[in-house]
Amino acid sequence: MSHDHDHDNELDPFAARVRALETILAQKGLIDPAAIDVIVDTYETKIGPRNGARVVAKAWRDPAYADWLKRDATAAIGSLSYTGRQGEHMQAVFNTQDTHNLVVCTLCSCYPWSVLGLPPVWYKAPPYRSRAVIDPRGVLEEFGLTLPADKKIRVWDSTAELRYLVVPMRPEGTEGWSEERLAELVSRDAMIGTGLAEQPA
Amino acid sequence: MNGPQDLGGLMGFGSVAPEKDEPYFHAAWERRALGVTLTAGAMGAWNIDESRHAREALHPAVYYSSSYYEIWIKALEVLLKRHGFVSQRDLEAGKAVDPAATPKRVLKAENVPAVLAKGSPCDRPVAQAARFKAGDAVRTKNFNPTGHTRLPRYARGKHGVIEAVHDGFVFPDSNAHGHGENPQWVYTVVFEGSEIWGEGADPTLRVSIDAWESYLEPA
Repeated sequence: MSHDHDHDNELDPFAARVRALETILAQKGLIDPAAIDVIVDTYETKIGPRNGARVVAKAWRDPAYADWLKRDATAAIGSLSYTGRQGEHMQAVFNTQDTHNLVVCTLCSCYPWSVLGLPPVWYKAPPYRSRAVIDPRGVLEEFGLTLPADKKIRVWDSTAELRYLVVPMRPEGTEGWSEERLAELVSRDAMIGTGLAEQPA
Repeated sequence: MNGPQDLGGLMGFGSVAPEKDEPYFHAAWERRALGVTLTAGAMGAWNIDESRHAREALHPAVYYSSSYYEIWIKALEVLLKRHGFVSQRDLEAGKAVDPAATPKRVLKAENVPAVLAKGSPCDRPVAQAARFKAGDAVRTKNFNPTGHTRLPRYARGKHGVIEAVHDGFVFPDSNAHGHGENPQWVYTVVFEGSEIWGEGADPTLRVSIDAWESYLEPA
């Protein structure tokens, strides 16, 4: 489903179609093209997985914050000023020794934008959306993650307006690390459940 | 509707193919597609449920052969025509030809940060008490509505357990069609993998959905 082209070319019919739509709406005064620039800049430079990584790192270091995050993720995450579109109603789910969590939206592409930014193409595409609920182990293998056979798997299908953030387990050997240093170990995939936190180098 | 969007458990789409260091956008037009979709939505003529329904109502052959931003744009054209903002003549001309309906508002650049930071919360008060509590055994409805619904096919007619009671949320099945928000309690319902997939299911698997109260009956 992903496209190989990395540039817009006058001959690309879909690029022309989007440009025409924007032109029509702007000519009619229905949209402000400068607003599009601000939206794109926001999601390209300001809102991304670093937000979520900070939430996770803080929860690792601060048991009271972790408890708050468990009970009321919307408020706990909002306290770090991560709020808004596609993060209005948050729930954090914690990986344990027993259980690994995996998040999907089989019906569309629901994703916690306020903490992870825009979703990757694979998250929105049919292979992941179809298989995560029936063959999660097979999906995880494709991310290079093999779970022990006795590890329980919990798949969260985001069918309503709750948005899920996976809190991966804190790696061993990180005692006393700062929040900033811990956050470096938390990838986007670890917060979707298609990865684990990185081991300290 | 039993449309192309309802993907859980379907087969034959191949491997997930995660892309290393994936960029947010794979072509410049995708940036504009994101922004056009959000700014057009900000006119306030339709809600998120109607826009989701417009995407899933695309022909399955179109849906499966389109990237996600292509799906957004194709559905956006449907919404803009439905609500009188854009005509087929406009689209064919590639410029404004016909007059447009009046939007409730136009999102200006200076207001974007506040609008994105606020989002669109969908929790609403519900007059009656929640019918279920955590730990209750439930069975999901078996139905096949022709309109919008958020109960996936794989989870219909299945036994599960209420794990959490959330807030009252806007009911998408009616909101998508202009029939009002009619908020209902929403629950996290957990199913054993074997209840959903039967023989050969991963014995370590449990799947949950978030279900509106009318999707559920006591079991």
